[in-house]
Amino acid sequence: MDLDLSPEHSLLRDTLRDFLANEVAPVIDEHERARRFPTEVVSKLGPMGLLGIPYPEEEGGAGLDTLAYAIAVEEISRVWGSLGIIVAAHTSLGCGPLHVAGTPEQKERYLVPMAQGKVIGAYGLTEPEAGSDSGGTRTTATHQGGPDGGVWILNGGKRFITNAGQAGTYVVTARTGTREDGSAEISAFILDADTPGFKVGRLEEKMGLHASATGELFFEDCCVPANQMLGPRGGGWRTFLQILDGGRISIGAMALGLAQAALDASTIYARERRQFGRPIGSFQGVAFMVADMATDVEAARQMVYRAAWLKDQGRDYGLAAAQAKLFASEVSKRATNDAIQVHGGYGYIEEYKVERYLRDAKLTELGEGTSQIQRLVIGRKVLDLRVV
Amino acid sequence: MRILVLLKAVPVVGTERLDDALRTDRSVALEANGNDEYVLEAALKLTEAHGGEVTLLSVGPPGAMDPLRKALAMGATRAVHVADEAMRGSCYVGTARVLEAALRRLEYDLVFAGADTSDGQGGVIAPALAARLGLPYLSYASRIEPAPDGRTVTIRRLRPGGYDVLEAPMPALVMGTQVLGEPRYPSLRGIMQARNKEIRTWTLADLGLDARSVGAGAATTRVLRAEPPAQRAGATIIREAPETAVAQVIDLLAARRLI
Ligand SMILES: Cc1cc2nc3c(=O)[nH]c(=O)nc-3n(C[C@H](O)[C@H](O)[C@H](O)COP(=O)(O)OP(=O)(O)OC[C@H]3O[C@@H](n4cnc5c(N)ncnc54)[C@H](O)[C@@H]3O)c2cc1C
Repeated sequence: MDLDLSPEHSLLRDTLRDFLANEVAPVIDEHERARRFPTEVVSKLGPMGLLGIPYPEEEGGAGLDTLAYAIAVEEISRVWGSLGIIVAAHTSLGCGPLHVAGTPEQKERYLVPMAQGKVIGAYGLTEPEAGSDSGGTRTTATHQGGPDGGVWILNGGKRFITNAGQAGTYVVTARTGTREDGSAEISAFILDADTPGFKVGRLEEKMGLHASATGELFFEDCCVPANQMLGPRGGGWRTFLQILDGGRISIGAMALGLAQAALDASTIYARERRQFGRPIGSFQGVAFMVADMATDVEAARQMVYRAAWLKDQGRDYGLAAAQAKLFASEVSKRATNDAIQVHGGYGYIEEYKVERYLRDAKLTELGEGTSQIQRLVIGRKVLDLRVV
Repeated sequence: MRILVLLKAVPVVGTERLDDALRTDRSVALEANGNDEYVLEAALKLTEAHGGEVTLLSVGPPGAMDPLRKALAMGATRAVHVADEAMRGSCYVGTARVLEAALRRLEYDLVFAGADTSDGQGGVIAPALAARLGLPYLSYASRIEPAPDGRTVTIRRLRPGGYDVLEAPMPALVMGTQVLGEPRYPSLRGIMQARNKEIRTWTLADLGLDARSVGAGAATTRVLRAEPPAQRAGATIIREAPETAVAQVIDLLAARRLI
């Protein structure tokens, strides 16, 4: 067993740390305050290969592995949660379905520019009536005959879609029929942002992740050529759930990065801040908070890296990914909350950043399956029973 | 065009410390000397524009592998690492001797060196090498332009208040400044490609050098003492908005009769 990072993974981490400190950190506050998407920063990521890390070069990616990708999302989120979710949603959710289910033509046309970072991707599964119950999709697609296999007409809408309005390519699910057992037949479609009948609606005012865009999508007789169906008819939901399995590794990595940021800030502060004539870190009450954070963060890292490693080995990683996401997100909430406690009143002040970490970390307990849904997934796998 | 870039692995800036013999401790994490990355960037841009390859040459401890890998990931073609325990404690003369021997075994049209290093204030290695190898020496370059026919190189040499334009036949040794332009970040693709790039490791024996001609034993100078900088009085930090801060700074300077 070798728990050291390879030279490539270490170099990737060091390069990212340099890049983030020099090019990204100085512009965070202005974007967070203005709730502005960091277009300029994102445009620098593509040429470095950071928007298609785990995909092969022939698909436009950088040809690294899931572990490299997890390290990258961790390091990005350690500095800026908003940028972490932008990259994770683009890479795992936007590019992922095209990587696993795309035809060679679809990959060439859509995945290559996305993985090169020229086009941002988004993933539309959630709807007002279909949250945790993602099979409850109300959006419909009806087939209309014509040349080249005809077209699909989409009607309905999506909610809480990351990168809404910023993406050039959207991968979405819609109901294409009813199965014999009465359940919905759900298929996936690739959509260009400028497709007639497609519109981005309201962008949400969120608790955190202020520089990332989360918004509604609307389809009104939105006409999609048949060759933009992704995967086989009726295979969309399966593809999307498979993508969520992998996506959980990146949300786990995002949670880990935020928790590490909370620990970093708390360590410095607990050593420097003095009360009663001594550093506050010398009081057990504070030291124990930091000790627990450090221990939690380390455990979360092992779980996230292991899930990534299993995926890279081509092994079953579903359970490990759900466990890593569940654990890391709960660590993240605890650690970021305790970081505020370590900072006292200053932790409640924006200038000290730790309050942002907590606001951003909360999302990791919700997105890509809430903690309850992770426990369902884990419970089912461990018990081999249908836990509801 | 074949460009050879001299790259020194130095302790990560800010973490420098001395070993028991009062020499820079090189067992800590090392990074490429900042100025060397600027000349590397210039070399990469030149070979990207005109074709050719960039070879890195580093003399130093095993820890030099990390900065060499990074430089390969930035785009250098290959690296040569001269590592030998016997070199520990070499003075400038010893280091120059090793570099000279390595350079005599390598092919190049241009040798690039950074202006100086963050962990040594000598600034003598580059001119010493030029002298030993009989190469034209072009210093403080802010721009480097090889002639299309590959016979000569023209540089702008910075001087106070302006620059001179110098020309020399190739091969030549150019010492570059940060005005050449910011070094790039390695791309992820570069990091992957670097895995398959050659890092040749040479020992003193490979260079035909006698171990006794370098290292602490052959050093021409000896460090007697190392003193930390004198403690300075505490800094005054003014946190007001610029409108008020400027006035306060002026008052402070005036009070000390500095203006
Ligand atoms: C910032 C942000 C970004 C997002 N980005 C995307 C995106 O890019 N693409 C996308 O498709 N979606 C996205 N989402 C949606 C996200 O995946 C959903 O919000 C999430 O899956 C939960 O769905 P819901 O909000 O409808 O909550 P609900 O499903 O209504 O859940 C409400 C509560 O009920 C619990 N609950 C529900 N069912 C069960 C059950 N069976 N057992 C126990 N408890 C249960 C939940 O855990 C939760 O506590 C995003 C959300 C946010 C906030």
